[in-house]
Amino acid sequence: MAKRGEIKLLGTAASPYVNRVQFVLNLKSIEYEFIEENLACKSELLLTSNPVYKKIPVLFHANKPPICESLVIIEYLDEFQPDVHRILPSVPVDRADNRFWANYVDNKYFPLYEELRQTPGKEDKEAIKKQIIEGSVLLEEAFEKFSNGKAYFGGDDLGYLDVVLGCFIAWIEFSSKRNEFNAFDEVKTPKLAKWAERIRSHESLKGAIPGNETLMNFYLMLQIHKPPRAT
Amino acid sequence: MAGSDVVLLDSWASVFGARVRIALAEKGIKHEYKEENLTDKSSLLLQMNPVHKKIPVLIHHGKPICESNIIVQYIDEAWPENSPPLLPSDPYLRAQARFWADFVDKKIYEAGKRIWGTKGEEQEGAKKEFIDLLKVLEGQLGEKPYLIGESFGYADISLIPFSCWFYSLETIGKMSIEKECPKLVAWVKRCMERESVFKSLPDPHKIYKLVVELQKKLG
Repeated sequence: MAKRGEIKLLGTAASPYVNRVQFVLNLKSIEYEFIEENLACKSELLLTSNPVYKKIPVLFHANKPPICESLVIIEYLDEFQPDVHRILPSVPVDRADNRFWANYVDNKYFPLYEELRQTPGKEDKEAIKKQIIEGSVLLEEAFEKFSNGKAYFGGDDLGYLDVVLGCFIAWIEFSSKRNEFNAFDEVKTPKLAKWAERIRSHESLKGAIPGNETLMNFYLMLQIHKPPRAT
Repeated sequence: MAGSDVVLLDSWASVFGARVRIALAEKGIKHEYKEENLTDKSSLLLQMNPVHKKIPVLIHHGKPICESNIIVQYIDEAWPENSPPLLPSDPYLRAQARFWADFVDKKIYEAGKRIWGTKGEEQEGAKKEFIDLLKVLEGQLGEKPYLIGESFGYADISLIPFSCWFYSLETIGKMSIEKECPKLVAWVKRCMERESVFKSLPDPHKIYKLVVELQKKLG
């Protein structure tokens, strides 16, 4: 069990990659200190603790060198404290399955939302929205397989994919509203739509889900620092 | 364990397939190898990897495992009694191994591809980027024999297959990787002393022929 003050998380409340680490820390009842980073003007701490990517989240555990990359951090926390709310299953093929879909979410699915933000032109945007919905349908099928009739990807309670995908709910809803579509459409992805509501209201997660004002401020910063492409 | 219990769908030239070949060989796992024609993918491949339709795919007891780094971790976890362990036992070092394998995945393939896929100034930029990435990996290596420590493992497995591209990149890019990154090339030679590695990696000259063909097709 981590002692008080032993774990520090460098990040920003608006980042879903930070939020997913916070979800895991909360589920495992690990106390931590949150160090807020300003991504518009990166701190010396960030630049020295993650020289490879210069990105958040970064986890500091006692005197160990920092750990970077959200999925690496999550597996580390799961191995460091396996007895409180296990995140990844123990059976190797189930672990591989979970990691596969995390890879899909991070490398194929969520990048579409950033692509949507950066793409100019109505027609091109519509094409990306279509890809997002196709991705959501794939995730709906994955949810059916993993949940096996229960409330979460992890079954009765939250598991790896619940935190890996659940951290994006706020941004998915934000993007859906801005772009006038429904990424988790109630007709095409009914189970995911209901699952998203459960994530939003879950006791251990809701404190780490950013509100609209936080998202809007971050969005405005992105629009300046990584503006959409010209038409 | 019966050979047909473990099937690998792969392609001889694939650096990602090579990772899995190395891991299976390290653990001494008997398996059936199926060469896929990537221009005419088998129904088995499409059925086993419907999301990405890519090799490598490991099929164990009829269940598919996809994505090479995920397969390598699976091999380590599903055959814990087979030595050597591919990941360290310490959670912090395991995190380091995962970080660096992920870095290779994110950066090396695209950077290498850009060298043979571009010309002129763009190619010069691509060469610099590739060498810079190798230098970051050299930094991680330091004075250690392998990327994470004393033992060959997961992070090394994720990177070593790219060494079969070095001859092509040096010839096309007119550069010397050994001159720029001597420690990394020494690490390559060290890894190549392992039977699992030299038996799993394709011949760099065959890779060069393939790259030249691809360049001609792309014009």
